[in-house]
Amino acid sequence: MAHGPAKGIGRWLFATNHKDIGTMYLWFSFAMFLLGGFFAMVIRAELFEPGMQIIKPEFFNQMTTMHGLIMVFGAIMPAFVGLANWLIPMQIGAPDMALPRMNNLSFWILPFGFALLASTLFMEGGAPNFGWTFYAPLSTTYAPPTVNFFIFGIHIIGASSIMGSINIVSTILNLRAPGMTLMKMPLFAWTWLITAFLLIAVMPVLAGAVTMMLMDINFGTSFFNAAGGGDPVLFQHVFWFFGHPEVYIIIIPAFGVISAIIPTFSRKPLFGYSSMVYATSAIAILSFVVWAHHMFTVGMPLAGELYFMYATLLIAVPTGVKVFNWISTMFRGAITYETPMLFAIAFVILFTLGGFTGLMLAIAPADIQYHDSYFVVAHFHYVMVAGAVFSMTAAVYYWLPKWCGRMYNEALGKTQFWISFIGFNVTFFPQHFLGLAGMPRRYADYSLQFTDWNMVSSVGAFIYGASQLLFLYNVISTIRSGEKTDDPKVWEGAEGLEWTLPTPAPFHTFSTPPDVK
Amino acid sequence: MSSESNYYVPEKSVLPFAAATGLGIMALGAGLAVQGKTPLILLLGLMMIAVVLFFWFSTVIQENMDGLPSAQLKRSYVMGMGWFIFSEVMFFAAFFGALFYVRVFAVPWLGGEAAIPLIDDFNSEAASTNALLWEGFKAEWPLMINPDQVAGGSTFVGPEHSMSFPGWANWYHWLPLWNTIVLLTSSWTVHVAHHAIKHNNRAKFQRWLGITVALGVIFLYLQYAEYHEAYVEMGLTLESGIYGTTFFMLTGFHGFHVAMGTFMLFVQFMRSFKGHFKSDDQFGFEASSWYWHFVDVVWFGLFIFVYILS
Ligand code: HEM
Ligand SMILES: [Cu+2]
Repeated sequence: MAHGPAKGIGRWLFATNHKDIGTMYLWFSFAMFLLGGFFAMVIRAELFEPGMQIIKPEFFNQMTTMHGLIMVFGAIMPAFVGLANWLIPMQIGAPDMALPRMNNLSFWILPFGFALLASTLFMEGGAPNFGWTFYAPLSTTYAPPTVNFFIFGIHIIGASSIMGSINIVSTILNLRAPGMTLMKMPLFAWTWLITAFLLIAVMPVLAGAVTMMLMDINFGTSFFNAAGGGDPVLFQHVFWFFGHPEVYIIIIPAFGVISAIIPTFSRKPLFGYSSMVYATSAIAILSFVVWAHHMFTVGMPLAGELYFMYATLLIAVPTGVKVFNWISTMFRGAITYETPMLFAIAFVILFTLGGFTGLMLAIAPADIQYHDSYFVVAHFHYVMVAGAVFSMTAAVYYWLPKWCGRMYNEALGKTQFWISFIGFNVTFFPQHFLGLAGMPRRYADYSLQFTDWNMVSSVGAFIYGASQLLFLYNVISTIRSGEKTDDPKVWEGAEGLEWTLPTPAPFHTFSTPPDVK
Repeated sequence: MSSESNYYVPEKSVLPFAAATGLGIMALGAGLAVQGKTPLILLLGLMMIAVVLFFWFSTVIQENMDGLPSAQLKRSYVMGMGWFIFSEVMFFAAFFGALFYVRVFAVPWLGGEAAIPLIDDFNSEAASTNALLWEGFKAEWPLMINPDQVAGGSTFVGPEHSMSFPGWANWYHWLPLWNTIVLLTSSWTVHVAHHAIKHNNRAKFQRWLGITVALGVIFLYLQYAEYHEAYVEMGLTLESGIYGTTFFMLTGFHGFHVAMGTFMLFVQFMRSFKGHFKSDDQFGFEASSWYWHFVDVVWFGLFIFVYILS
């Protein structure tokens, strides 16, 4: 147990240490983020002007599909798992994750899964082209043959998620230090406990959805074919039963990150800790019963439209509680604006904006207008990019000094923040206008009146993209040559077990559990 | 909550990476195989996974016999198994959900009826769907004549017979009933075995565990017979529309899980001859038996919703 890391490549291939595995998750997700980001740049370049300039429409469809799949499953989800690996054992006083070998298996599945998925780009028929929501019959009857690799890729990636989540739940429930009751746990651990539960519950449903596709495509079943008595709409129900909880899987760990950062830089304890726990649980539970708000236009009975509308609107209540608590934490705090805090504040503002557009979309009669327009694209990028990705960036700036014992360059960090912030808003704010004006999503071309805002949006996208390279540079230069620090606290306002450990965090921590008062 | 120190964290291990490689090869191979290309890569992947699992479990068993795991680590294993079973429940939930959806909504709508009178205002819409797209199609369950057939197509030809209860005169011909009896009995026998090992009665444990495995095999045989009858005599196949689809997918995945469970119990059976398991330590067996009970509960759901209520 007292050994340091192994030498050579074996340290990574055969790892069991939660910090090493966390590091691999984080780097892998960043690589996927750059790949998915590159696809986004291709999309925005093509949409800079009306007409087809750079790529063919078929390829455009592959780009939107791969962009979405890679960002959701390859970038955001693994990034938060990486964070969980690094932080949860240190935050709850555990020696490692509960099941260290399974932990490594969960990670190493991902490179294989995504290599398979990405390799479809070079195969006959091209990559999947049916959107990240892969609706039948586009993904069945009319799918390219590579859909089969997509299906099995999703299967193993899903298995990775399930194993990762089982590990996190077992760690949190079983490995807390003596005295660390559930209601004393840092919110980040809480949010991951809830997220992991959601993952274990819905990833198998996604597996079910792709299995039904597999059978319809190759073995003559008729789940999604009305000719055999099935229904393409059934696909949407199964998918969104997974899909809506999935979007909360993406955002709930972000809540935990923000709930750690805001108190530190406001120098006040988090306002309303227990209400945060209850609100997050409520959001998670509600997320199981609102899925068909993605399907207001498929022709549901009126009762269905009404039910899903009201149930969805209900989510705004616990979400509002959280936003209220973050703001109250900052209220009359001695706030300083280091980079993580800047990202956290931007998160609160922009995520709330995304929540508001979500409410607009949740109103069934209005959504019949907004559905499948750029308004939806704007909505979910506000919650997924300014929400999940901003919080991830904040988390890296916040914990990186703890991890590697070196301080990042604050000026560069702030510069990166402002470029990201401006780039992000320039990209996505105009998409609200485009959507309201009627521009449909997922098309390679558009009519002339949409040109101006599309140009603005594309310019913003390139700015945002560039800011991520700056982030990469900042992280690498911190690790290699950042100013050394050995202050266990790093941030004077930080609270929690991880800040009682030496900086940089040693390879093994809490081999004997600490006593928590 | 943790109170013990020295939680066992293995130093390093090749097993996870090897397992991930196997899974990657399997996914690639499966994608090729379903397109009618070479099945060899799939086989290679599956073999790799099997080999890795063998060594992985051997390692864990060896560690346990060496006394490495603390009570706390064993709790992690218990939780791991419990949550894994929960994920399996959700996998079946997707298919049960599909069954409910087609029975309650999709098929009635295709037939031009409101699915749930009063709540569902679809009467008129459904009627026009039916009139414009599938005129003459009638909703029924089990669905014997598919919309496609009514429209003159032949892609999805409905079955000649369904798996529903054949009536009291022929009840003993009805395999699902026997399957239910077999599986319920096996849940009981595995429980008896558990009881026996807890009281350190190894011979009794082995006897009842052996009976359980045998019952699992009988179940699988009966299911094979049922499928054979369906394909050869009833014209009920995967391709016979949504009834065949849901029937085979639900019972098929269940059958696959029975096979897994039987195999797991069989492994425990063989281990018992090597002197594994003590009266206070039989997690490998316990985990397999929980899995077995889970498979049993799923069958109960199938028996009710697939066979009886139709
Ligand atoms: C108050 C909270 C929210 C509400 C009321 C809400 C509501 C909605 C509605 C009604 C739609 C469907 C729009 C349509 O397709 O016409 C939608 C789409 C979407 N939402 Fe939200 N949302 C909320 C928060 C979030 C969060 C936190 C995330 C993720 C982090 C998210 C991610 C998405 C995504 C990805 C889509 C688009 C899916 C697609 O069709 O590709 N939403 N939202
Ligand atoms: Cu949703």
